[in-house]
Amino acid sequence: MISIKNLHASIGEKEILRGINLEIKAGEIHAVMGPNGSGKSTLASVLAGRTDYEVTQGEVIFNGKNLLDLSPEDRAREGLFLAFQYPVEIPGVSNINFLKTAVNEIRAYKGQEDMPAKDFLALVKEKQKLVELDGKLANRSVNEGFSGGEKKRNEIFQMAMLNPKLAILDETDSGLDIDALRIVASGVNALKSKDNAYIVITHYQRLLDYIVPDFVHILYNGKIVKSGGKELALELEAKGYDEIKEKFESLES
Amino acid sequence: MIAEKTNTAQVIIDKISSTSSKVNFIDNDKLSKALLYLENKGIPTNKHEEYKYCNVDGIFKKEFKNIEQKLNSVTDINKYKLNNALTIVVVNGNYSEKLSDKLILKGLHLNAFSNLDNDGKNLIGTLANVESDAFVALNTAFCGDGFHLKIADNEQLQMPIHILYVSSASAESLVNPRNIIELGKNSEATIIEEQINIGDSKVFTNFLSEKFIGENAKLNSYTFQNEGNNGYSVNTNNITLGRYAKYDNTTITLSGTLVRNNHQVVLAAQNCEAHLNGFFSTKSNQLVDNHTLMDHQMPNCESNELYKGIVNDKSTGVFNGKIFVRRDAQKTNAYQSSKNILLSDDATINTKPQLEIYADDVKCSHGTSTGKIDEAAVFYLNARGIGRESAKKLLLNAFAQEVINKIEVEELKEKILNLFENEL
Ligand SMILES: Nc1ncnc2c1ncn2[C@@H]1O[C@H](COP(=O)(O)OP(=O)(O)OP(=O)(O)O)[C@@H](O)[C@H]1O
Ligand SMILES: [Mg+2]
Repeated sequence: MISIKNLHASIGEKEILRGINLEIKAGEIHAVMGPNGSGKSTLASVLAGRTDYEVTQGEVIFNGKNLLDLSPEDRAREGLFLAFQYPVEIPGVSNINFLKTAVNEIRAYKGQEDMPAKDFLALVKEKQKLVELDGKLANRSVNEGFSGGEKKRNEIFQMAMLNPKLAILDETDSGLDIDALRIVASGVNALKSKDNAYIVITHYQRLLDYIVPDFVHILYNGKIVKSGGKELALELEAKGYDEIKEKFESLES
Repeated sequence: MIAEKTNTAQVIIDKISSTSSKVNFIDNDKLSKALLYLENKGIPTNKHEEYKYCNVDGIFKKEFKNIEQKLNSVTDINKYKLNNALTIVVVNGNYSEKLSDKLILKGLHLNAFSNLDNDGKNLIGTLANVESDAFVALNTAFCGDGFHLKIADNEQLQMPIHILYVSSASAESLVNPRNIIELGKNSEATIIEEQINIGDSKVFTNFLSEKFIGENAKLNSYTFQNEGNNGYSVNTNNITLGRYAKYDNTTITLSGTLVRNNHQVVLAAQNCEAHLNGFFSTKSNQLVDNHTLMDHQMPNCESNELYKGIVNDKSTGVFNGKIFVRRDAQKTNAYQSSKNILLSDDATINTKPQLEIYADDVKCSHGTSTGKIDEAAVFYLNARGIGRESAKKLLLNAFAQEVINKIEVEELKEKILNLFENEL
């Protein structure tokens, strides 16, 4: 699905990603954990194509294509989806109009015609139900005035609508109450298939109780310093990052 | 400098005087005051405080060197008509009975200036002071055969009135449309004023409207300016409100090389209310300059302004919003906001709120913001597969719609939205 090799990225003079290697196959769920500021969102943003970051080294192959050569919109059209840690509010653009444009631009990219309005509305209904998103939210401006949890749920709703191959969920669990967490997680599980894959960025085991990862990676200081199975998350939950921090700080100095 | 100023005004006076017949509906006193004012003050340059960003003298010198007044007659305006409105047509400043609809609505009275009785004539120039501004003076000196429109007391017009100001010339020309609109007490009307230029030559339109909104009357007013590259205009609106009266205006400017709007509202009685909304979109070297004045003279009144602009290329947008709260105008609520998007590094926005408050128990606020397109929003849209161009369109449309959606005449709103979207 995606193969990330020796990825380095900087913002200004500051190098934030310092050699990331990650292989993800279809059907897999990878959790990425790591202390604040370690570069998790940066990795997500670089993959999605945010231009604030400069990729200085490395390569990313996504379904046979060189991802870093693609514009952000083409990455999305190729099936990459980022659920933002901080979804953006877009006053005046209705959720529905936004999604219709997105769906149809992706279809146009694949040489398909616009989705008939009726099918589109049916799809909206179906996916809204999946994430138990209040129908009223769909008619409001994108994320405008949404509560923290509503924004996160809206991200998953969009994911459900666009049906990506690889979805990166950046702390989608933060700000969710317990019920919402369960709803979002069951939505993700319902969408999961042998043909798609997830990168789940999180700080807490809580989410991983619902979305069970095949692999867990610890990102620290711009590198993946440890990888393991789902038990690694439990271990972190128990011990925190101290051990890892000490080990790598001494290693680097 | 003074000599130069006088020069432009003198050139205009000479040219127009030699080509048009003498007006007979402005009284001689006003006429001579107007000419004197023009001779003394001239056409404003950017040295004039009120025309700092709008050097009309310079534009005249550059773009209207040879005013020839070759005005075309116009025979067909059907494609500009709205389906569900009564159309009043003014061609090159003169009311055209032939092109206008029959004004069959109950309570609606229209007279061309040339048909006005003395009472009617006496209204001309009561709100627009000839000695306040060169363009008021110029219009007073040379205005066309405009019209006086009156909505009778207690009448609620069942259909919008669409006033089309058509200009058409085959050589550089200056036209001076003028009207008086009176809403009797407890009446209500929706009036759309649209300015277009359908000739193939530059026309300078110096428009002037005086609107009297009587006690408890309500005017929903829309101004749509779309004169294209050959359009240059200064548009003066002088409004006065009676007790409990309401005036709502939305001004949309989609084209015109120069568009200067002087929109002055006098809240002259208690408990009246005025809303001014504006949206403009400029390109190439266009200049759109909205100057507003909310003059709160009496207590318990409310005013609200929202002006938004999108400026591209080397164009310029100006918003200057003056709010006076006079000593007697206690319990005034006055709000003003101006928001702009710069689409190019060479585009300019100048905004200036001017609040002069002489009463102590008032609520007044203003805010202005100017920025580029929100790149975080563009990226968010990109990340959902929406390309840069469509993303920009979505965002600019949303920005514009906050104002355009205030238009309650569906047909007009759709027309403007379509024109705007096609330009994006
Ligand atoms: N625009 C920027 N300018 C300067 N530094 C930045 C910028 N964006 C990110 N950084 C820095 O890069 C580092 C990594 O940030 P990033 O947001 O990727 O961390 P994170 O792992 O997602 O943290 P968190 O768990 O708090 O979300 C941080 O030190 C951050 O301050
Ligand atoms: Mg983060």
